[in-house]
This record gives sequence, C-alpha cells and structure tokens, in this order.
Amino acid sequence: MSAGGGWRPSASLRALRARAELLAAIRAFFAERGVLEVDCPALGAAGAPDAWIEPFRVRTPHGPRFLHTSPELAMKRLLAAGSGDIYFLGHVYRAGEWGRRHNPEFTLLEWYRLGWDHHRLMEEVAALVAALFPPAAEHPPEKLTYETAFRRSLGIDPWTAGAGELARVAGRRGLTGGADWDRAAWLDLLFAEIVARDFPADRLTLVHDFPPEQAALARLREGPRPRAERFELFWGPMELANGFHELTDAVEQRARFEGERTRRRAAGLPEVPPDARFLAALEAGLPDCAGVALGVDRLLMEILGADQIGAVLPFDWSRA
Amino acid sequence: MASYSTNEFRSGLRVMLDGEPYVIVENEFVKPGKGQAFNRVKLKNLKTGRVIDRTFKSGESVEAADVVDVELQYLYTDGAFWHFMDPESFEQYAASEAAMGEAAQWLKGEERCQVTLYNGEPLTVSAPNFVELKIVETDPGVRGDTASGGTKPAKLETGAVVKVPLFVEEGEVIRVDTRTGAYVSRVK
Repeated sequence: MSAGGGWRPSASLRALRARAELLAAIRAFFAERGVLEVDCPALGAAGAPDAWIEPFRVRTPHGPRFLHTSPELAMKRLLAAGSGDIYFLGHVYRAGEWGRRHNPEFTLLEWYRLGWDHHRLMEEVAALVAALFPPAAEHPPEKLTYETAFRRSLGIDPWTAGAGELARVAGRRGLTGGADWDRAAWLDLLFAEIVARDFPADRLTLVHDFPPEQAALARLREGPRPRAERFELFWGPMELANGFHELTDAVEQRARFEGERTRRRAAGLPEVPPDARFLAALEAGLPDCAGVALGVDRLLMEILGADQIGAVLPFDWSRA
Repeated sequence: MASYSTNEFRSGLRVMLDGEPYVIVENEFVKPGKGQAFNRVKLKNLKTGRVIDRTFKSGESVEAADVVDVELQYLYTDGAFWHFMDPESFEQYAASEAAMGEAAQWLKGEERCQVTLYNGEPLTVSAPNFVELKIVETDPGVRGDTASGGTKPAKLETGAVVKVPLFVEEGEVIRVDTRTGAYVSRVK
C-alpha cells in the first residue's frame, strides 16, 4: 500500500494475464449456461441504504449522484422488466474500505437465477469457483448454518447471546472491543475474526441461514427462530461471495430500507435517499429469484496465492 | 488536541490510549461484506514497550499523542538526570534514568542523540549507532595470538563493558555498535 513505486502497476504481468483469463472464463461460464450479461450504470441518482456500506457521492451538473456499491437495485429492475437470468461483471465502489483484502474500487460478479432458492444457487456458486480455481474442485464444499458455525467455534447461540456474553467470549479469544458495543458489532467481529478462521483451509465453506437482523435483502423464514435465507461463501477465512433468496415483497422491502436508514442515523452517517424506482419495480413485481455477488479480486488473490489485493489490481488505491 | 480517525491509522502513528502514549505497530482493516468495519490494531506503549491489541470500529477517533522525535546534543549527567541541548534553539532537556535506558552507558558528552519527546519531556533516548570510546581496563593481550578469535572483556571510559579481541590493549580507542553492544574495530 506504500505510495512508492511511482508510475508502475501494483500487479505483476503474470497477475494481469491471470486476471484477463479469469474474466474471460467467467463470461464463458455464463454464456454456456444462457445467462445474459448486463452492463448497469455506475452513477445512480439513489443508493442502497445499507447501514454499513458507504457510497461515494459525486457532484454532477445535473445534481448529486452515487457511485453504485453493487448493481443489485438496477439488476432487480431489469428482472422486474422481464430480463430473465442475468449477470453483471464490473467495478463497484465502497468508500472507506481499504485494507489488505479491500480496495475501495473493486470488481464484482453478481448474478440472478429466476425460480431458484438460495440452496440451488449455492451449488452453482460452488461449481463456478471450482471451475475457475482447481483446488476448490478437490473436495465438496462444507455447508453449515450460521448457528452451527458459531456453536462449533465459540459454543454460543448467536440468536440469544447478549452483548455482554459475546464480549466475554471475545475477550477469552484475545479480542478486545468497546465497552459500549452492541450485539450486532460483536457478532460481526466474532464471525470475521474467529468463526471464519476456523473454516477448513482446503475447501469452500458455505454458511447459510443468518439471524434476522442480518437479513439485508434476503427473505425471512418465520418461526420461533426466524432465519434469513442468506448465504456466504468462504475459501478458508476469506469471504468470497454473499447471496440471497431474494426478498420480493415491496412493503417488507420498504420497511427494511427504513430500518437501515434508522441505523445510519443512529451511527451519525449521512443520509442515502431510498431508491424509489427500485421500490416501484418491486411493486410492479420482482419474479421469485436468488442472487449472489462474488468478489472477483479476492478469488484472483486465492488463485495466485497473493496476500494483498494490490497484487491482483493493475493499480491499487494507493496508485490509482 | 488533534485526533486521528481509523482511516488515518498506519504504522508509526502515535496516539493516546487510556492516558498513555502508544505507537501503532500494525493496523488491519476487517469487514464482513454486509457487516460493520473494524480496525484491528497492535500498539506499543512508548513508556513500557509493552505491545497490546485493540479493536476499533472503523470511523472512531483517538487522540493524537504529543510525541516528536528530535536530535539533541548530550551535555552531562548529574547522576540523577542526563542533560541534553537542542543545538538550534539551545533549549535544554533533562532525561530520567528510565528514558535513558541502555543509551546511558555509551555517552561521554557532545554526542548527537535521537530523543523522543512526550509532552516536551524526553521519553526515550537512543545513542548514536556507532561510538568511539577509550578502553580504561582490560587484561593484557596474549602476544602473537591475533587469529584465534578469542575475546576478553574490556571496560570503556563510560563504564560500559564490551567483548574485544585478545590483541586489543588498554588505552586504545575502539568503535562499538550501540545497537548490539558489539566491538567493530580499533580506531587509529
């Protein structure tokens, strides 16, 4: 991440060739399966009000715009308009996300399958990664629920454990945080730093059925213990993809957006106006579908054994 | 007082935590895709040298520590304090025994030293990497034995004791690497 090195790229020529091959192989995979590539606009008039994903704001002669943090809302409008199965492969932007495994501008692969649920889509994600990254083809993926993953690593129930209990468990594992942190903060930190580190190093792990607070845009299965039909894909501790059995209920969607906006206000984050065109598309009718987004740079890091994201980008954030 | 947001964290940054000055040794950004972002940070206490781990929520701020590195000239010791002077401003500083640490044994006067000031007081002092000091006490050398590689202790004019080759004599000036305490060469 150093500013030294002047004009030269942060990736080697070998990495740049591997990148070009990976993009071509992804397009071939979807062409063969009859999934249509769609090229969504990067600058939209509204954003997705995710509590913890910060869009870049851009001043334009025609008013403020947002660089998209994912193509999700535009793609769902296409699905509502009758596009059929679609994928997007391109750059997205998230302000402030800069580290060993994060670059504020990165390449996302996102796709939607009509009539599928998250379990069927999990199989396709695993098949895609196995086709692109041979070590992932050697063993079948490990598939477990969020609850099982937490119980196995930490011996706690992530549905009921309070902030105090989570802080104690974290302390025993050498993680210290703030005294005022809530349950959500502890669950995020424990999941990333302990639970995911316990995933097997030699195969893919699929975690599914998340707590309702982490439903994002996933359907909720009601019951005594409501579960969000959401999944994440990991290689070892590296998060590669996140998917949903998509929420199609416009009323519920509007309420979720409001929930995220409330969280943003509570955290002192700037307002992101809800996307009225997306909500209108949902009201017109989003077909039943499952969708997933995969971090292409992270997958390339694993393919090349790179330990930081700059090694797979022509010019990382420090040189762009 | 200035403060730093986690977005500005990088190794070498000096910050205040629990009323003590620390330097950031390592900073890792952690964020589950849909979840909150954190900075996992390793920090070294500038007073005790102890390294601790802390996790911050990204976007939090911490107070900057009033810590600066300056080059000062060593003047003298009165036994309790070691006195230094800024060669530009002639301002004087007194370093405690704790701040001097290992550096005290290499200084005889006039050396330029790197001094870390915390709230204007010396917090740590580093001796120059190489010093040239006279041997005031060592056993006589063994005649003819210049190649055996054997060593003997030698006491220097500052009181430091270093290992020197057998052929080095009392009264000679030698060059020493203060980072390792190792003899480098004789000085003619």
